[in-house]
This record gives sequence, C-alpha cells and structure tokens, in this order.
Amino acid sequence: MSISRDAILEWIKAYAAVIEENKTYLTDLDAAIGDADHGANMHRGFKAVLGKMSELADKDIGTILKTVGMTLLSTVGGAGGPLYATFFLQAGMKTAGKMELTPEDWYTALEAAVNGVKMRGKAELEDKTMIDALVPALNALNESIHDGASMTEALQRCAQAAKEGMEATIPLVARKGRASYLGERSAGHQDPGATSSYLLLKTAAEVLGKA
Amino acid sequence: MKKLINDPERVVQEELEGIALAHPDLVKVHFNPNYIVRADAPIKGKVGIISGGGSGHEPMHGGFVGLGMLDAACPGAVFTSPTPDQMLEATKAVSGGAGVLHIVKNYTGDVMNFEMAADLAKAEGIEVESVVIDDDVAVKDSLYTAGRRGVGSTVLAEKLCGAAAEEGRSLKEVADVCRKVKDWGRSMGMALTSCAVPHVGKPTFDLPEDEMEIGIGIHGEPGRKRMKIKPADEIVEMLMEPIISDIPYKEGDEVILFVNGMGGTPLIELYIVYRKAYEIATKHGLKVVRNLIGPYITSLEMAGTSITMLKVDEDMIKLWDAPVKTAGLRWGI
Ligand SMILES: Nc1ncnc2c1ncn2[C@@H]1O[C@H](COP(=O)(O)OP(=O)(O)O)[C@@H](O)[C@H]1O
Ligand SMILES: [Mg+2]
Repeated sequence: MSISRDAILEWIKAYAAVIEENKTYLTDLDAAIGDADHGANMHRGFKAVLGKMSELADKDIGTILKTVGMTLLSTVGGAGGPLYATFFLQAGMKTAGKMELTPEDWYTALEAAVNGVKMRGKAELEDKTMIDALVPALNALNESIHDGASMTEALQRCAQAAKEGMEATIPLVARKGRASYLGERSAGHQDPGATSSYLLLKTAAEVLGKA
Repeated sequence: MKKLINDPERVVQEELEGIALAHPDLVKVHFNPNYIVRADAPIKGKVGIISGGGSGHEPMHGGFVGLGMLDAACPGAVFTSPTPDQMLEATKAVSGGAGVLHIVKNYTGDVMNFEMAADLAKAEGIEVESVVIDDDVAVKDSLYTAGRRGVGSTVLAEKLCGAAAEEGRSLKEVADVCRKVKDWGRSMGMALTSCAVPHVGKPTFDLPEDEMEIGIGIHGEPGRKRMKIKPADEIVEMLMEPIISDIPYKEGDEVILFVNGMGGTPLIELYIVYRKAYEIATKHGLKVVRNLIGPYITSLEMAGTSITMLKVDEDMIKLWDAPVKTAGLRWGI
C-alpha cells in the first residue's frame, strides 16, 4: 500500500481540523509551563495552510509539504513556528516530485523531518519537548517496516509510540524552551509541543493508514 | 478579564493602525509582513538596528523606533516571537549599506526565528550581526535551561546602540556596545498579579490576593517561586541581592539603575522601589549615575516590577545622554 498525494492533502486538512478542536487544550498545556500560546500559534498557522489548499490541488507531495512549511514559517512564530516549518520543509525536500510514497519513502521523509527539528532546536531526548514524541515514533515506524508490518499497522505503531513519548514528558523537568525557566516546577505537566506532534502522527495513522 | 479591545484576533493589527496614525513624523508602519520602521529609513551609510518580539511589551520595541534608537521593530502576535519574513523585510528596509544589527532577546522562539532571518538576509548580501541579550538572573544559565531570558537590559541596549549607530560607528563597533550591555547588565522581576493574553481571555496563572511570584519573565509565565507578599523594601532586597551578587561589580563602579513597571503598577510604587534599590546599590559602593523609571518593557496588565542594573563606562554614559526621539523615549532634542 502506498500513500497518495490526495491522502497527504487530506492529512493536512484533517490536522488543521484537529488543531482547531484542540486549540484551547494545547494553549492550556502551554499556560501551565509556558506562555499560553501554543494552541493559538498552531491554529493561526494551519488556518493559513488551509488557505493554500486550492493552489496545491494538483501539486506533487514535495511541493505540498514545502508549501505547508513556508506557510507555517511566516505565520506561527514562537518556537513552534520554526520547528514545525523545518519539519515540513525537510519532509518536502525528501519527497520532491513524488506523487505517491512507499512506506520507505514515508520513513525517509519523517526521518529528515525529525532530524531537521533536532538540528534547529538542539534538543535531546528527555528535554521535555516535541522530540520526546517524534523520536520514539520514528523508531517505531522503522521497526514496523523491518518487521514487514502493513502500512496501516506501521502508522498505528508510530502514533502509539508518539503517544507514549508524549505521556512520558509529564514527570520530566524541562531543559529546553520556555518551560526550562521553571526548573523543577515544570515537572508534572505534559509538554504542549509533544502533544501537538502526537496529534500530527495520530492524524497520519487515521488518514494515511486508511486502506 | 475585562479588556479595552474590539476583537482578540485583531489586537496587534489595530494597535499598529493606531501607531501609524499617532506617529507619522517618526515611523511608517508596514503591514503583511508587519514591521514598524523609521520614517526616514534607510539612512545611507548608517548601521541599521532592528529588534522584535511578541507584542504586549509596549512601548518595547515599536515605541523605540526613531532617531537615536531602533531603525525598525518587528511585532509578533501577543507574547509570540515574530516570524523570519518580517525580520528579513525589516532588515532590507533599514539597510543603508553599513550592515544591520539584530538585537535579540534570549527566548528559543526569538532566537530561532532571528537565526533564520539572518541567514536569509546574508544570502541577499546584507551584512548582519546578532547579539542575544540574556540578563535575567532569575534563570540559571546552565546546560539544563534554554539560558537566561532577555529582559530589561534590552531597552538599555537599544538606546546605547542606537546612539552609537547615529554617531556613524561601524557594525562591529555598534555590536560591541551591545555585547557590553549583554555582559554588564543584570535584571530580575516579580509579579503581584498575572496578566491575560487577549485571545485566552483569562489570567495565565492564578495568584491569590496575598501572594506574589518572584523571578518572573515578561510573558505571564510563572516565576521561580511563589510566596506571601511582603513590604516593598523586602521585595526590592530579594530582587537586588541576586543582581548584585551575579556580576563582579566593584566598589566605585558606575551604574544605570532601571526600575521597570510590568504594566499594571503605578509610578508611585515604582519610585518606592527605586528609593530602596538606590539605597542598596549605594550601600554596595556603586554609583548610580543615570536612571530610568517607568513601564518600558511590560507584560500586558501585569502588576509588578523588574530591576535592571547596568555597569557603564564613560563611553556608555555619553551614548545614554545622546539625543533620542521615539514614541517611548525622548530627550536631548
Ligand atoms: N529547542 C527545542 N527543540 C525542540 N522543541 C522545542 C524546543 N523549544 C521548545 N520546543 C517545543 O516548542 C513547544 C512550545 O511551542 P510554542 O508555545 O509555540 O512556542 P513558545 O515556547 O515560543 O511560546 C514546547 O512545548 C516544546 O515542545
Ligand atoms: Mg508558548
């Protein structure tokens, strides 16, 4: 099974709706250990992305993902803006010209995306950031592909690992981003960026994993 | 929380429209991407200086655009760093051929967005230097944090660098002034109340009537610790002690003492704070040679104060006294 260009467009649209639904939730998570804007920032960005959908209807996957990245770069701001922009720009570079993706293509794109976020933010595992959701998710995807799992199952295992990574941020003391200013007081709260990253991969499993 | 606004989504847009109408002699406001630029920019042969950050800290930064201070400011959404396209366009708009200085406050978002903008500007052939201000002693500077936040010293850096650029100094010389402020300035803040981000509509944290937060930043983020409220003099001691013990100030050093209001604290209280801060500085053998008192780097309607102390040399005092003509700071002209 492969991932079509239309499925990628659908994934982006579905994620925009998920962000709209979870805007307050993400902002509340950010209010506890940050500055109460993560939901609003992501919402502003994906609203702008939705505005680009009509011009993307007949484009290749690389162009779609790069356009999402550029749009986020100029609309989101904060730490989340450059990080998610880098995520989509890097994924877009690996998928340039492609009209569909094999599981290996998807892995290559996600790997570049996650490495891009690591390079830009210089966060390590357990710094209590989106990296804590993304890296385990990437590893789970890799293992699933090696195990010969179906695309649907691979995407589900990827999302499940992101969920566990997100939940594992709760006890952590933040070492990157705004939450690190709180020191020990950041423990006991789930990281907003890890949450939005989990939602992205969960939406991918729901939309792209549809047979 | 009551706010004097029309639509939470249009707060920054309408603020910028007001600024454009209020100060056409000083600035032009550019929309999409948003930036406030000196009316006479670019000035040929002068180093351009830009800064930027989330909105909600007024008058910083937009109120400091004008003669002797910033050439442009990039306002983001409330408490959210602006984006690289704004910074790139602002950099181009102020580039008079002598290079452009980016004054950046140390927040992950601001640093990453300015980094991307500087790369884009350099790719277009503009020389850019960036200095990241990180003066907040409430945050431990260690591997385990994103480093100290940039707060009050930013205002002082914008004033001193603006004067240096106005004198015709080179990009490196102007950036050197900025690095001195970064090295020699320290700040710490506290809050009596939280603040409410317009699109959230409720206070960012709950603070009981009889408690305060010590070591806050400028985004309504909770501080390092919470405690029962105390008399002003004791609070000032709690802020001044970490500042004074952080830099190796020597007896006889000259300093600028900046008592900042967080937005919701009246001047009458800031002078009470200044009185004690001056006394403590003097007791340590420091000479307060200049001061600044008022709400200059605010956190919406938060009640509270921050204190910044900057060690200065003769050149910095001269730059401080140089003329400045902006909406937020004006003297000597
Ligand atoms: N250096 C970093 N590397 C990776 N992710 C980071 C880093 N700094 C912050 N983040 C992520 O960004 C999220 C906050 O995003 P957002 O609220 O949009 O930006 P800001 O912190 O500037 O307000 C955090 O929850 C965290 O997951
Ligand atoms: Mg935030």
